[in-house]
Parts: sequence; structure tokens; C-alpha cells
Amino acid sequence: MIGASPSRKEGRAKVLGTSTYTDDKFLPGALHGVTIRSQVPRGILKAIHFGEGIPWADFTIVTAADIPGTNRVASVVDDQPFLVGIGDEITHPEQPILLLAHADRHLVEKARGAVRLEVEELPAILDIQSSLNLQQVIYGTDNLLKEIRISKGDPGPVWAQAAHVIEGEYQTGAQEHMYLEPNAIIGQVEGKGPEAQVTVWGSLQCPYYVHSALKQLFGLPDEQVRVVAMEMGGAFGGKEDYPSVNAGHAALLSWKSGRPVKVVYDREEDLACTTKRHPSRTRLRTAFDADGHLLALEADFILDGGAYATLSPVVLSRGAVHAGSVYRCPNVRIHARAVATNTPPPGAFRGFGAPQSLFAMERHMEVCARRLGLDAVELRRRNFLRMGDTMATGQVIREDLDLGGLMDRALQESRYQDKRAAFALTNQEAGPLRRGIGLSVFMHGCGFTGSGESHLASVAGVEGLADGSLSVLAASTEMGQGKNTVFCQIVAGALGLPYDMVDVAVVDTDRVPNSGPTVASRSTMMVGRILEDAAIGLKLSLVQQGFLKEPYTAETFREAVRKAVARLGSLKCYGQYHRPPNIAWDDVTYQGDAYPTYSWGCYAAEVVVDLDTYEVKVEDFVAVQEVGRVVNPILAAGQVEGGIAQGIGWGLWEEVTTAQGRMINNQMTNYIIPTSADLPRIKVVFLENAHPAGPGGAKGIGELPMDGPAPALLNALENALGALRLDEVPMTPERLLVRCEEVSHG
Amino acid sequence: MLTKNAAGVAARKRLCMTVNGRAVEIEIDIRESLLDVLRDRLQFTGVKQGCSVGECGACTVLLDGTPVNSCIYLAAWAHGKSVTTIEGIAKDGVLSPVQEAFVEEGAIQCGFCTPGLVLSTTAMVESGHRFTHDEVRRELSGHLCRCTGYQKIVDAAERALREAEAAADGSPV
Repeated sequence: MIGASPSRKEGRAKVLGTSTYTDDKFLPGALHGVTIRSQVPRGILKAIHFGEGIPWADFTIVTAADIPGTNRVASVVDDQPFLVGIGDEITHPEQPILLLAHADRHLVEKARGAVRLEVEELPAILDIQSSLNLQQVIYGTDNLLKEIRISKGDPGPVWAQAAHVIEGEYQTGAQEHMYLEPNAIIGQVEGKGPEAQVTVWGSLQCPYYVHSALKQLFGLPDEQVRVVAMEMGGAFGGKEDYPSVNAGHAALLSWKSGRPVKVVYDREEDLACTTKRHPSRTRLRTAFDADGHLLALEADFILDGGAYATLSPVVLSRGAVHAGSVYRCPNVRIHARAVATNTPPPGAFRGFGAPQSLFAMERHMEVCARRLGLDAVELRRRNFLRMGDTMATGQVIREDLDLGGLMDRALQESRYQDKRAAFALTNQEAGPLRRGIGLSVFMHGCGFTGSGESHLASVAGVEGLADGSLSVLAASTEMGQGKNTVFCQIVAGALGLPYDMVDVAVVDTDRVPNSGPTVASRSTMMVGRILEDAAIGLKLSLVQQGFLKEPYTAETFREAVRKAVARLGSLKCYGQYHRPPNIAWDDVTYQGDAYPTYSWGCYAAEVVVDLDTYEVKVEDFVAVQEVGRVVNPILAAGQVEGGIAQGIGWGLWEEVTTAQGRMINNQMTNYIIPTSADLPRIKVVFLENAHPAGPGGAKGIGELPMDGPAPALLNALENALGALRLDEVPMTPERLLVRCEEVSHG
Repeated sequence: MLTKNAAGVAARKRLCMTVNGRAVEIEIDIRESLLDVLRDRLQFTGVKQGCSVGECGACTVLLDGTPVNSCIYLAAWAHGKSVTTIEGIAKDGVLSPVQEAFVEEGAIQCGFCTPGLVLSTTAMVESGHRFTHDEVRRELSGHLCRCTGYQKIVDAAERALREAEAAADGSPV
């Protein structure tokens, strides 16, 4: 089963159009809910005025004063209110102030426009530098949402003695997830006061995050809150933490109205108000000896975290650890900060801080190679981590790591050297076209950073059903990545049963245990491993209780499950995460094994630039990666191809344009994601190296492909155009024009 | 809801159309999009709303065989026409060759763009035209997908087109 590509479990329903996404669920008597937002980046809310011409008495209206429990969204830090109350501070321009619900969807939209907010405006901080300068103190005493330092050796004495010291600054922009299904939630509260039963159905990645948020919002115990994950039209991190907010809103409207309430964002609201990839600025300083060996690295890594902490502390943590990148370096200082601004909080997006710091490092290596007079491929090869080396956190590489071999495969598949030689000639020709090929080498830590998995202590299980089949019990959600399929493969594989004998239970907190959030490339490796244990446990229990004899066939196993369920009433076996014995991490010093292991990649991108229009077309793309054992080759390739498409978009086209902290290109018409006509064929190659910590040897894969494309593309642009200030993504035609003019004007 | 518009003209209209081969007669507000009528009144929820501005293609239906974005197509314009939604593609629970190709090639991830893409691919297959690889990529570029990078979608479309051509030629695939 491991290594096969059986059909996606829910594929048939999706292709028939019968899958039920949140907005496809119709509850009788449901109201439509909308959110009134602040519209100014910073100020004090003085009053709310309800305009004329709207039958307000027919509306359900919820303000902060109505909140029965705690007006704080449960997260890493509980600092964000569900609604801003009168007299309280508004800290970003899309902040929820007031909720409205009505049975008539068109009337509620009209009413939205009739509410006027009276706000005493305050000066706002809208970018990283203004926040660092403390032009206004908008968060705590220093505008810092989180600060992390990672230290290895001592770079201090190195700078003066090194043959080469090279500095650079790199920036990355915000990126919109653009899942095809906008955020959608249905809330239903039955009963009042302490007897209330709160249920939400929604498009959400992390049912137990939403569960915690609703418990705190209403002040209710576990058993009075239920969260059900509906079919989800994409997420990529965009439905990791935000659904705690809109689920709270839908539930509050239902609590007040006594009717189910649907809150479905339209595309404009979704783009303007929900999370994005964090904008970043990275300053790097590196020292090399005369032979191009890396002696010291200093990284100053800063994320724009928006108005509240939300997930910024953990995004920063992953970004900081990955700032050390794939190179051996004896002396490292990483200083990472997430700063507050008066903008809607960014959040999780595939890669989670790593694409930002890896972009900086992989561009910087290209810049360094040029300065050292070395080929960039050779400079990388001289400095790659190998078995026995230590990373920035002191983590020792214990696996047989061959980054040189990985890179060689990418060089060969992309015909990198041949193309470089050919382009050197063709780029001399007249005409506007210039061609280039570039690569990047990178890694992605599998699972939560540091002690995250130990704190989660995830639980997942396998249940035997009355018909003798098996059901996977886990809160991990299907967002298109293939969790349903892979979990069934892992359980079937562990037991030697056919794939069709296993299915997944509905992700409903009343039914499935907390297997942790569906994030961090952790589902296959971490939850999959727990399921492997649970499946074996179920089998042993059947054997010990005399229902099953080994060896067994699918039919005798099915019969054993049937009998056991009939006799015992139910048959479930749970497993729980156990920290592997050789893994250690210190949350205070940021020293130790930041991840149980890493997935590794080398991507090569070929571009052609039209110097008349500065348009960049991606002509070819080769993706070589080592992700442990590949559980399902078709799904795995799908993850890589999709991640690369998002990475190409982030690198070249996708720009969030803002005015006073608000996104103003919040439509699909002017926020440009790649179409089928914009992308090349992507060649995907897996080098398999089974890892003992994952099920069947699998590691994480979901996020890795986001890390490589942007630096590979900009390195290709440097190959096409020569040394330019290629220090920022997205490298839009406008930015590329400016950089080319800098060179031609000296 | 208004029953008359500013000019005093009745704002409601009786709409007669065929949806997936069955005659439908329904009173609508003339401002309603075909998407709203199909989803909210007739419960064809396989028609997806992704952007409301005709950009993403998730709401695609076939109108007399031609793909249209139902979110920017007034329901009133569908009077007398034949509408095919994703629910009308499989026959008696048997997937069409296009649907089979999408499942087999791994062209489905989150599934939200899938109905529209299956319908546009179906229109391409039924056109009887031959398409080059670049033409397939251009034909499908009105559908945004954020999950797949389009590669397996293009593979599925090319497979369905190839199979249809082979069937028309009477040669094995």
C-alpha cells in the first residue's frame, strides 16, 4: 500500500459535484451573517450609528457587549478580540466591530452599508521600519510580537580575519492563499446560558483550535461545543487560525438569534480581511575563507506580524530555524523578530516563515558566489550539510544526507550546465529576449518546531465497524492534499489489508480525538505514524481476545472485526505521539533538535525575459526532492506541482497592494495567480530515503515545494540579465524594470 | 425584495429552461444570476461560487453546450435554453470519460474548481476539434485552480480528448 497510488477517497464525490462544502449545507430557518469592520488602521471606537431606511428591528445585531464569555480569540497569545467594544482601541482597518444577521441575504448586504462608525483616529504604523523605529508604540512596550535568538559558536572574531565578508538585504511581500472556496462557517447554538450547545460546521483546518476558541468565547465546557469540518475547497494555512474568528462570529449571531447563521465571505472580504503570508526583511552577513568555506553567518530576520500576535511567534520560529539553511557553518547568530503593525494579522501559509528566510539565503549564496568568483553550484557544494554536521541550533544530522547528489540530479534533469553555456551565447544576440537558468537548495522541517509535537501529544485511532471494515479516527482535515487517502493507505498497509476496507470517519469533535492541527507537513509523518501504531494495536487486541488468528486474510480479518463489534459493542484502538528517544529541544535557549527530521530539495527554474515588456515567462521547471518514502506518488507529485505553482506566483506576480493598511487589489481580477497558460511543465523527481520516524519511512511534503521556486527564479533572472539588485519578491515587471535601469544608469 | 423596478416594470419573470435534460419553470427576480437560481433555488450545489466576477470559472455551466460563468450571467437570459451542470454529466451514476480521466490522472485536489473544469473539458471533447498542448492550456486558463499547478488537470483533459478522438476514429487508445 505504501508507494501505491489508489484513487483519492473522496474523488468520485468531487467529480460528481456531490461533495458538501459549507455553503452547500442548508439549514432550515438559517440567517445570513455579515461583519462590519473598522476601516481605519488605528483609533478609538466612539459610537456606532444605524442609518435610516433599514428595518433594524428585524435584524440580529451583536456587539462586543453581547459576548457571554471572554472576548479574546484563543491562540498562541490571547490578544485578539472577536469584536472591538465602544471605548476600545481599533488596531487594524479590517477589525470586526459589529455583526448583523437577517434571513434576506440581499437586505443584510444593504444594511452593512448603512452602519456608520464614529472613530477617533490615532496615528498608525504600517510597515516594518516604522514599527522598529517605535514611531508609535502600538504593542506592548517595544512593538515586538516575538523575538528569538539562535546562537552557535562565536562569529565575533571571524569578521576581521575572514578572506571575504559579504552582506545583503532581502525582502518578500505578503501573499494571498487564494483557496478557491472563500472562508465559510455555519453556527448553531441551541439552548441558552450555561445549558447552551454550540455547533459549527465549517471550512477549517484545525477543528480543535476552533473548539478551544468557542469554549473560551462562550465560557462552556468541552462537551457543549462541537466542531464539524465540511468538505474544504483549499486552505494552504489560510484556514488554520482564521476560522476561530469567523466561527465565533457565526456562533454569536446564532446564540443571540436562536437560529442557525451562515457566515460566508465573498471574495473581496476574504482577500481584504483574512490572513496572508508574512511580509519579511532579512539582512545577512556571511564570512568565507579564501576557498569559499562558510565561516560565519549573521541573520537579522524580521516579519511584519500585523496588529496581533496570532501565529506570528511560531511562524517566526520556523523562519528563524530555517535561516541557517542547508549549509555547514561553525559560527552563527540568528536574531528574529516579529513586529506589530496596524494591518490585518498575517498567519499561516504553506512554508510558515521558511520560504522567507530561505529566499534570502539562496539569493545571498548566488551573490556571494559572484563576489568570490566561484560558480554558485560549486560554492553550495563546498558548504552543504552532511551526516555528522551540526545545524545552527546544534542539531546533529543523523541521516545519510547527500545534498550534492540531490543537486547533481537536478543539474542533470534540467541540463543546467548545457543551458548556461547555450544562453551565454544566445543572450549576446540582438532582440529583446534573454534566457537564464537558476537553482535553489533548501530544506523543510517536518512537523511542529521544537517541543511543539510533545506539547500537542496528538491522539488518533482506528475503529472497527459493524460490517467488519475499519474507520480512521483523527481530527486531521482533508483540504485537497490527500489526507483521507494517505491515512487509509497507512492503516491498510500496517495491517496488510485492502485499501477499500478502510475509510475515514467524519471529522467531528464529538467523534474523533485531537490528532492536532492539519498543518506543518505533519499529517502523513506524525499522525500517520500514530495511526500505524493504533492499527497494530487494534490487530493485537483482536488476537489477544481470541477474535483473530495470524496469519489472516482480508476476509478472516473482516469476520474478526464483525464478531468483536457484535460482542463488545465497539472496537477502537488509539495511539499517541511519543517523542523519539534521541530528540531533545530547549525552548529557552533554542538549542537542540528543532525537528525530528527534514525534507530536502533542489529546484531548477528556466526563464525567458522580454526586455521590451519586462515580462518573465517560466520555460521549464525541475523539482528534485527527498521526502523519505513516498506514500502515494500521484498525490505527492500533486503537492509538489501545486506548491511550485504557488511559489512561482509568489516569486513573480502575486502582489498585495495596500493603502492605509488595507488591501486594495482584493479581487481575482487584479491579484494575479498563475493560470494553466502561465506555467511550464514541471518535472518532479523523488529520491527516496526511508526515515524511521515516519509511517513506512515517510517524511513531510506539503510545504517543502513552496520554499524553492522563488530563489531559483531570481537566480535564473540573474543568469539571464547579469548582476542586478534581485533582492525582492514578487519580482514584477515593474520592479525588474527599475533594477535594470539602476544598472544602465549606473 | 422589490417587485417592480424604478421604471415601474415588473421585476419578476417566469423563467423556462432545461436543466440537465429536465424542464424547469420558476419565477425569478430579474436581477438574479443564473448561479443564484441554480444553487439557492434549484439546489444544484455542484455549481460553485468562487469570485462573483467571472474570473475563477468555478461557477461554469454549459449553456446549449457552451461554457459560461453563471455568476455573471443573468438567469433571465437562460430562458428557453438548455443548461448542463456537473450534476448532469454522469449517467445513472456512471462517470463520463472526462470525469474518469480527472479521477485517474489525479487532477482533483480540493475539488472546488473541479466541476467547472470537467464541464469545460466536456465542451472541448464534444466540439470534436483537435487541440495542441498549448491550446489545451489556453482553453482551460479561464479556470483558476490553486491546488494542482494544473499539470494533472491538463493531463486529464488531454487523456479525455485523446480517448474521444480514438473513439471517433474507431482506433484503440
